[in-house]
Amino acid sequence: MFDKKFLEKFNDKLKEWGKFAERFRTKKSMPRFFTVSGVDIDELYTPVSITDGDNDKYFDTNIGLPGEYPYTRGVHHTMYRTKLWTMRQFAGMGTPRQTNERFHYILKQGGMGLSTAFDLPTLMGYDSDHLWSLGEVGKCGVAVDTLADMEIIYSGIDLGKVSTSMTINSPASMLLAMYLVVAEKQGVPFDKVRGTLQNDILKEYIAQKEFIFPPKPSIRLITDMMEYCTKYVPQWNTISISGYHIREAGATAVQELAFTLADGFCYIESAIEAGQNVDDFAPRLSFFFNAHSDFFEEIAKYRAARRIFAKRMKNKYGAKEPKSWLLRFHTQTAGCSLTAQQPENNIVRTAIQALSGVLGGTQSLHTNSMDETLALPSEKAALIALRTQQVIAYETGVANTVDPLGGSYFVEALTDKMEAEAEKYFDEIDKRGGVLNCIEEGFFQKELARSAYQYQMELEKKERIVVGVNDFVMEDEKIEIPVLKIDHMVEKDQVAFCKKIKAERDNSAVQATLENLRNVARGNGNTFEAILECARVYVSVGEMCDILREEWGEYNETKAAMSAS
Amino acid sequence: MEKKIRVLLAKPGLDGHDRGIKVIAAALRDAGMEVIYTGLRQTPQMIVDAAVQEDVDAIGVSILSGAHMTLFPAILDEMKAKDAGDMILFGGGIIPDDDKVELEKLGVAKIFTPGAPTEDAIKYLKEAVLSKNSDEKIT
Repeated sequence: MFDKKFLEKFNDKLKEWGKFAERFRTKKSMPRFFTVSGVDIDELYTPVSITDGDNDKYFDTNIGLPGEYPYTRGVHHTMYRTKLWTMRQFAGMGTPRQTNERFHYILKQGGMGLSTAFDLPTLMGYDSDHLWSLGEVGKCGVAVDTLADMEIIYSGIDLGKVSTSMTINSPASMLLAMYLVVAEKQGVPFDKVRGTLQNDILKEYIAQKEFIFPPKPSIRLITDMMEYCTKYVPQWNTISISGYHIREAGATAVQELAFTLADGFCYIESAIEAGQNVDDFAPRLSFFFNAHSDFFEEIAKYRAARRIFAKRMKNKYGAKEPKSWLLRFHTQTAGCSLTAQQPENNIVRTAIQALSGVLGGTQSLHTNSMDETLALPSEKAALIALRTQQVIAYETGVANTVDPLGGSYFVEALTDKMEAEAEKYFDEIDKRGGVLNCIEEGFFQKELARSAYQYQMELEKKERIVVGVNDFVMEDEKIEIPVLKIDHMVEKDQVAFCKKIKAERDNSAVQATLENLRNVARGNGNTFEAILECARVYVSVGEMCDILREEWGEYNETKAAMSAS
Repeated sequence: MEKKIRVLLAKPGLDGHDRGIKVIAAALRDAGMEVIYTGLRQTPQMIVDAAVQEDVDAIGVSILSGAHMTLFPAILDEMKAKDAGDMILFGGGIIPDDDKVELEKLGVAKIFTPGAPTEDAIKYLKEAVLSKNSDEKIT
């Protein structure tokens, strides 16, 4: 590459070049050159942006080769030449039967994995017939009360063949238990079941706010499940440590990167404290990142994430297996970047964001539909979103070579910067007593609120342009795309079905398994095993959560966390 | 000195998306208003009770979950029952045009949808509170 002497000469050349460039700098095409996260970008990146001359060392510690430590260039040696990313479209709405129909449609159109969205009552651990569920049943996803609903959602789908992702957090154990029972009834052994649970409670306290129990028992639910799956469901990714929602709530790219990894390290430390061996559980951890509109910043974020994770796993947590050093991740394009105005433009935004995920080396990808600021996606919009991924995979040529941007002065410099900035946040979090303390004192929440407000003000002052929103606006625009509406009958039907199942099941078995769950919650047994017993006899999500609410209490945000600034 | 406009902000229902309401809280505060944000998972009753107790000019709620056709009418009913019908109820979120028209007919004063600048909300509240107060003086 470049030796010290070459770089010295190059520096002189650069100075000369700068003198010529000077005369063009009086005119600017934009008021400021900065990323969507507010990071100022230099005019030009060159070899001197990334190395001071000790190239061998820089290459080894920062770049390396794909499939090798520190994995900056990707987690596999051959990446998409061997296996494309999984095109995994998130779906779920209305009744279990409607979601089942959408799943069959996705699989028929070439989708490779399923991803299940649940409605708010399910996410919050309330049954459809609960007072809090009024008006929310089937709205943001599918309603699941008991095993009977899960049986319908996955009917006609071989759980030994398909891999399923479930976006569920506080009641994740209950939903995984039900899924496993469905597999059991299909005759699929647990060790053939593949998929991912989101199951990331820390980001709920920080960003998405769908929490039920306080942090300590919540983390116990997670570590119990990790222990069970390590033994019996070895192909299941027990937790998808999520930056997606942190970003959507207003974070910058660096905040997304740093807070997500900090959460991940918190789970790892908890499992180690609970007596588990890091190399037993670490290979089943996965991550979930956002793909926002700032193309290069996003690519740098993914590359930095892999490098930071590998270094920490190896050096700090003493993981011996290379499998434990790999940060594998799912990507979803940024919902918060979509506009209600001129919604067709969202197809373009999503395509560019998806491309950054691919160039960043993602393992799976969800592309948003153009109509998602208006409602849940219509079938046509969802199909275009999937087709977008297929165009990237089969037409653009980006899958032909591994990490095509590796070695780009700009991308490498930005990757280094991301890592350095994230490290600053890790120090800050440590200084404040760790992730749980930071949640309690509202540190993350305030950081996000501040970033979100700053972004909004930049828009309003037109320091940033969003096409169709604060510039290139069409007056009297009419929305001309079909929007999916959830029929109000969905709630009525679901409530009736929930009541019917509760009346028809073996209610003495329900009482017995619930009582057992209560005892386990009070003691030190494995909560997941108790939950699995409940699921088998059609105990509802709400009933299980109620027992745990009684035993563990409910979490409320602190005043500090609610503060807007 | 002009009396400060007092606004109560809250998130009704189960929806936890609080980015929007926190941005609005900061913007209204920067515009000189007094903002009381009561947080997530507030029932219509909790919201209206707090509004009455705090004697606010306006109540603002944010709903992104699709439950707006249930929650807004419930808050309006509660306002009537608590004799708080003179307060301004406004809101924001993912609310389709048809529903917006319907809600404004029912008595929701104003709905802001995605992409609306915060200055629209500020301007709207200043005018609405001013006209409400002058109406009160006449009667």
